[in-house]
Amino acid sequence: MKIVIVGCGRVGASAAELWDAAGHEVVVLDISTRAFERLPTSFGGSAIRGDGTDEDVLRRAGAAGADVFLALTEGDNRNVMAAQLAAEALDAQRVIAKINDPVRAQAYAELGIATLCRTGLMLDAVDAFLGMEPSALPGMLAPSGHHPGGDHSGPVPSTTVGVAPGAAMEA
Amino acid sequence: MFVLVVGGGKVGYYLAKELIDSGHEVALMEKDPTRARQIADEVGSIVIAHDGCEGKYLAEAGANRADVVAAVTGDDEDNLVICQMAKHHFDVPRTIARVNNPKNESLFRHLGVDELISPTRMILGSIEQDIPVHELLHLAALGEGELELIEAHLQSGSPAIGRAPRDLDIPEGCSLFAVIRDGVASPLRPDTVLLEGDKVIAIGKQECEEMLHTQLIGDPEAAAAG
Repeated sequence: MKIVIVGCGRVGASAAELWDAAGHEVVVLDISTRAFERLPTSFGGSAIRGDGTDEDVLRRAGAAGADVFLALTEGDNRNVMAAQLAAEALDAQRVIAKINDPVRAQAYAELGIATLCRTGLMLDAVDAFLGMEPSALPGMLAPSGHHPGGDHSGPVPSTTVGVAPGAAMEA
Repeated sequence: MFVLVVGGGKVGYYLAKELIDSGHEVALMEKDPTRARQIADEVGSIVIAHDGCEGKYLAEAGANRADVVAAVTGDDEDNLVICQMAKHHFDVPRTIARVNNPKNESLFRHLGVDELISPTRMILGSIEQDIPVHELLHLAALGEGELELIEAHLQSGSPAIGRAPRDLDIPEGCSLFAVIRDGVASPLRPDTVLLEGDKVIAIGKQECEEMLHTQLIGDPEAAAAG
């Protein structure tokens, strides 16, 4: 699979390392080259310095037609924009945006973008560890509505907790 | 009218001030508390010192009863999110975004932002009015921002020279309606033969632009090379 990751922080770098090792074609972008120091020397994918919210940069990085597109920078809005660019302009198949504000995470899931919310993820994990009922919004929200472009929301899963690996997103 | 302005930079500040002067109800959101206080000292208690991208604070600012939300921060991604939240979460009838990167215009429009203001594009437009370039000139955005008023300057090499509109392959939803020849404007009829130096004024959807370019200016690749 061709996987594009915007934001080479801890999560982005780890994902890039693991998926590269698993044999996927990985492209990771960050606005700072220092971020790439997190990648192991064995990393065989491409690490490209550039702004992941800029369509030209994403195209030059080869993000068009990616199977998976992950927006994992520290800025919720940057992730939202990169993800929507990928879905609308770059024809990426499965798009996930990290949005740490739960309200925005839910709003964009309703707009057809899969979202990942640290607040929800951590509360999910803590609740599970303590054996308590999930108390917060699930950390990973599958798209529950239609993106304005209409082609990337796909069938609506019955549950919002976790998206099955390989679940089809294309309508 | 109740206008919610998000972003208290120079643009947001003067916009709020002008709107108040013309008698509108205004709320201004600025996330930097120091800057927010500064503006509040000038214009009064219409300033909300919170991030306008957060749903919670948009609600507090009265987004659900706003007639217009204008997102004028310096960051395109923030302006996009503000407008999308306003539109889809709060049913705001009219959203306006400032766009810095002209390349983002079509994405924003596609994602439902009603009106786009691009300072970069405007300045570019002004410059292009003075120097001859083999491009279509954007004169104005019309309607809800879907339609564009475009001028095409026919220069040597244009495939339209010596032909009339009825012989051209003009895309659906697009109309060539006037021609400026030697500084005189006249209606463009289906059988008006176009000459080198003519300026053709067209109105049409954004999507038609590429086709119009091919028909009136020439092949975009060749033009870019020249």
